[in-house]
Amino acid sequence: MSIGNNILVKLNNVGFQQNQKWLVQGVSLQVEKGKIVTLIGPNGSGKSTTAKIALGLFKNIEGQVEKFTNNIGYVPQKISIDWTLPLRVRDFMLLTDNLTEDVIDEALSLTGVINLKDKSLGNLSGGEFQRVLLARAISKKPDLLVLDEPVQGVDFTGEIALYELIKEISEKLSCGILLISHDLHTVMSATDHVVCLNGHVCCSGSPKEVAKNSEYKALFGEQAAQTLSIYEHKHDHVHTNDGDIKKN
Amino acid sequence: MFDDFFIRALVAGIGIAFVAGPLGCFVVWRRLSYFGDTLAHSALLGVTIAYSLEFNIAVSIFLISSAIALILIQLQKKTNLPSDALLGLLAHSSLAVGLVVIGFLTFIRFDIMGLLFGDILAVNKKDLVTIWVGGALILLVLRLIWKPLFASTVNYELAQAEGLNPDRAKAVFTVLLAAIIAISIKLVGVLLITGMLIIPTAMARNLSDNPKKMVIFSIIGGLLSVFIGLFSSLEFNTPSGPSIIAAALVLFIFSLLKVKQTIQLKN
Repeated sequence: MSIGNNILVKLNNVGFQQNQKWLVQGVSLQVEKGKIVTLIGPNGSGKSTTAKIALGLFKNIEGQVEKFTNNIGYVPQKISIDWTLPLRVRDFMLLTDNLTEDVIDEALSLTGVINLKDKSLGNLSGGEFQRVLLARAISKKPDLLVLDEPVQGVDFTGEIALYELIKEISEKLSCGILLISHDLHTVMSATDHVVCLNGHVCCSGSPKEVAKNSEYKALFGEQAAQTLSIYEHKHDHVHTNDGDIKKN
Repeated sequence: MFDDFFIRALVAGIGIAFVAGPLGCFVVWRRLSYFGDTLAHSALLGVTIAYSLEFNIAVSIFLISSAIALILIQLQKKTNLPSDALLGLLAHSSLAVGLVVIGFLTFIRFDIMGLLFGDILAVNKKDLVTIWVGGALILLVLRLIWKPLFASTVNYELAQAEGLNPDRAKAVFTVLLAAIIAISIKLVGVLLITGMLIIPTAMARNLSDNPKKMVIFSIIGGLLSVFIGLFSSLEFNTPSGPSIIAAALVLFIFSLLKVKQTIQLKN
């Protein structure tokens, strides 16, 4: 099968400006079935903007976005639920799709919040809410998942478990995932392709390639490059020639 | 049976309550109460146009209100004024122009009080057909756009990202608001229609923990308000609109007791 058939969304040299200021410019990337593409970069580097461009949320963009699926699950970075709207977790799960009770239960169990099903959304903690958001996005068994910092506010052990889950989902559903994360450690283990943003694409490639890139080092510092390599090292059990790794 | 004016008013009120409940929920959720008010104020202009051109009143109100909504959207795009100022501008200027036009139409006798506050005697058999057929259509269309409208009320970007069409749903909803104003003006009046949309809904919010319950409670609240309001209107010879809204207010105050209880339980 050719690669072309597996592409879910393709960004070709896209950019977006607001108030005469470019938020992001010249970004090209594609997400394929079963692959996880991660966007990293400092604050204000245009990660969320790029994700929103891929989702088609902006009207006046530069470049082209080609979408090959409409079955999309989205976890936005910020979401506030107005108290004027009484909403339980179970109502929220049905927001964009008609799901059966079983499907809802399954998704909530996967993210570990089945016990919150009848709770009001307003009463959840940040971490609980994040798990509900993730459950809702995966419940509809999407072709493409766009996750904008999906584990923010989740405790450390939960974070690892959720990343494991995200990886599992991408394999099980063979869906493509566009992930935005700050957490270099955890993300890199599951990622197939990393795009490092800072208003434009600094560098991109496999986690290993990106970690070696000088622009990446300049952006995140030598330390970050090391943590990344160490992780790769531990994970793959392959010894590279990088002297820094051997010391650890 | 519809020969009795009171039965006609009651049947009209029941029909309006069924439509006002669900629409009112969206007005409250989307924070559109002042927007609804503006549309309602412009309805008076619609009435005068209907009289001077001998045109159907409900259709005329519907068209004028929709036009005002369009003008508002244009003004929001083209001026630097905040939305609430623009809404105030349109609400009061359309009300003023409507009243000025009435002043010119000396050949027709207007019951201005009736237009502003509703008139229990004014509802005829034709109005009943308008309310029930129009109301059924409004509910049907609302049912069709429910998913995108509700999803975008919770979160616009989420709805759009996942392939629903929030902009279309919003535009259709605006038209539905204009439509309910058009069908309920005779019973409730220009100045109080928004109250019919909001007050039973506010009561329902105090009693519900999920959206479906809130819609059902606001319909029940609206029905009770219509019954209590119309009977007292008959009994005390008060205008129908204010009586219905006052009844809704009493129900709202009772619902506050429930809120107090839940807050105490939380503590």
